[in-house]
Amino acid sequence: MSSHSAPTFKNPMVRWIDSRLPVFSYMHAEYGTFPMPKNLNYFWNFGALAMVVLVVMILTGIMLAMQYTAHIDYAFDSVERIMRDVNYGWLLRYVHMNGASMFFIVVYIHMFRGMYYGSYKQPRELLWLLGVVILVLMMGTAFMGYVLPWGQMSFWGATVITNLFSAIPIVGDSIVVWLWGGFSVDNPTLNRFFALHYLLPFVILGVVILHVIALHVTKSNNPDGIDVRGPQDTVPFHPYFTAKDSVGLGVFLMVFAFFVFFAPNYMGHPDNYIPADPLVTPAHIVPEWYFLGFYAILRSFTDDWWFFAWFMSWIMDAKLAGVLAMFGAIVVLALLPWLDTSKVRSCRYRPIQKWVIILFAVNFVVLSWVGGQAAEEPYVSIAQWSTLLYFFLLLVVVPVVGWIERPRPLPSSISEPVLKAGGGGMAGATAAKMEKS
Amino acid sequence: MRIGFKSFSLTVAAAAIAGAVGLSGFAKPADAAGKAVYPPEMEWSWTGPFGTFDRAAAQRGLQVYTQACAACHALSQMFYRNLTDLGYTEEQVKEFAAQFEVQDGPDEFGEMFFRPALPSDRFVSPFPNEQAARAANGGAYPPDLSLIVKNRALGFGSIGENFLAMLQIRGFSSGADYLHALLAEGYVDPPEGVELLPGQWYNTYMAGNAIAMPPPLYPDGVEYEDGTRATLSQQAYDVATFLAWAAEPRLEERKETGVKVLIFLALFTGILIAVKRRTWADVKKH
Repeated sequence: MSSHSAPTFKNPMVRWIDSRLPVFSYMHAEYGTFPMPKNLNYFWNFGALAMVVLVVMILTGIMLAMQYTAHIDYAFDSVERIMRDVNYGWLLRYVHMNGASMFFIVVYIHMFRGMYYGSYKQPRELLWLLGVVILVLMMGTAFMGYVLPWGQMSFWGATVITNLFSAIPIVGDSIVVWLWGGFSVDNPTLNRFFALHYLLPFVILGVVILHVIALHVTKSNNPDGIDVRGPQDTVPFHPYFTAKDSVGLGVFLMVFAFFVFFAPNYMGHPDNYIPADPLVTPAHIVPEWYFLGFYAILRSFTDDWWFFAWFMSWIMDAKLAGVLAMFGAIVVLALLPWLDTSKVRSCRYRPIQKWVIILFAVNFVVLSWVGGQAAEEPYVSIAQWSTLLYFFLLLVVVPVVGWIERPRPLPSSISEPVLKAGGGGMAGATAAKMEKS
Repeated sequence: MRIGFKSFSLTVAAAAIAGAVGLSGFAKPADAAGKAVYPPEMEWSWTGPFGTFDRAAAQRGLQVYTQACAACHALSQMFYRNLTDLGYTEEQVKEFAAQFEVQDGPDEFGEMFFRPALPSDRFVSPFPNEQAARAANGGAYPPDLSLIVKNRALGFGSIGENFLAMLQIRGFSSGADYLHALLAEGYVDPPEGVELLPGQWYNTYMAGNAIAMPPPLYPDGVEYEDGTRATLSQQAYDVATFLAWAAEPRLEERKETGVKVLIFLALFTGILIAVKRRTWADVKKH
């Protein structure tokens, strides 16, 4: 950490710029000598991967926007023209389309890593909150992007999701008309969604920069979840993590490329290759796969569900309850740093919490699965129990486990076993005392 | 290093699970009773990592489309010039296009006029608009066939079957299976107790089983230029191949590029792994 002294650059041009605007010193400090815990595993690749996907999405998106026409009569055909006649248009579009799915896969794993190793805990609460903000922005961006090709699922997905706002008492219907810019999803809706879809990624980029700044203040958490004690616990970002992130990037790009070149429509819905038709409702309206978990929560709230009937039906209707639960699912995630009452970060040393987090992840997969099924038994019941479990785990189990769990003893420092092997027990003992304070 | 690999495999497993979630979006074909009917799976030349469109089948398919489908179904995303990709010469394409009349104009007198189509024209649609199409077809609207193979690709059944098909790079072939089955095998006598409205036919593979399209193909209904016997199944197979090409004419270029990209990435990732090991060789993580 003390190795932050400004380097002297050989190139006079670089020196000239750096003494006036220290971009080179900054890069050197933040991506050169920046101290990284040396015990990070490959789960720590996913932040960098998310950054790469964001840049890929922005670049392909800008190039697609040059060929796309945001008008209900031309949008579908302009996308097909990109697929057929624009040079490498098929590549740009498939990268962009699958990039959205990849972004969510990467971010979901990134979040799981944060939950498993307690990266959201003190002092990284704000870092976690900024991450949740990024997730919400991503969801908005992805939703509006899916509307742009103006296929059947674009149109009907937009109709269903924007209609959710009509659940808001009194002003709901006015809000929906305001969102649409008319009395149904129509050309004004498509136009504003395109404008916002172009805008939001740059907002995401801004929040990502804040996320990274906050990260560079608190520094990375690590699989042991203990604080860095000194230089013996860290390695400089370059070359160690440039090398390690590159390995993850290589593997990730192979997965990404496989989907782009060999299964580009696997994660999409075939109905979106039918031009939007306001008079023909698809048999099953489903959102993109990465929303299915939240969609399942939304759909769980039906008039005949006992939970809704007992606890909520006397204040609100089922639709409003579903909408609140769906947004609540994200709010609860944002509150995680305060819901978790344990002092220990990493699930490596938390024998109960470990299974709580794994169960939470499995439950989310189950929710995503039932969210894609027709609204019929047994899927409705599974979705309802999974919805309860989602909130029960975060709101009840996590705080209680924090109180009752007996964590396993923490290592006194990241490099402790190494020091022990070398016979130096002193540093470890002092560090253990510091951990308590 | 050991821990590194363990967590690495964990990460890959997590990524695989997340990817598998993507399957759940598939819609399901269903008959009137709500149970799924999946068409028989055929062998298609354009599946797999090196798949290419069978040009002979696609050319025969163009003939089937022109003679049996084009009277009602548009193919509006296609241009006549695209046909050179199927192995026709520019002369042949010009000649083919010239059979059709397109409206053009206005001319210098402000009048619209008809002229023979050029290779730069889109395939001429049989009806000027949806209303005209419905009026001519008893209220039913014959869908545009440009993307029919892609937008009828409803998968192969369960999440597991779809996942395996994805790994086998079968792409949107379930759409072609559907098309083949609908045309060649779907038209059967309705089962006891099924009432059809006038102008409807029973088809096993149509969603809801009632289809407004009369059986469009019959054995030897087309006389193939290359002498192939025009069985019902052959015609359905050929037209499905042609329409699969029409749905994604850049498929071959995509797969060809993909093979190169993946070979490059595999080699490059190998180098990156070596670099990483070398870099970390002197670091004891524990």
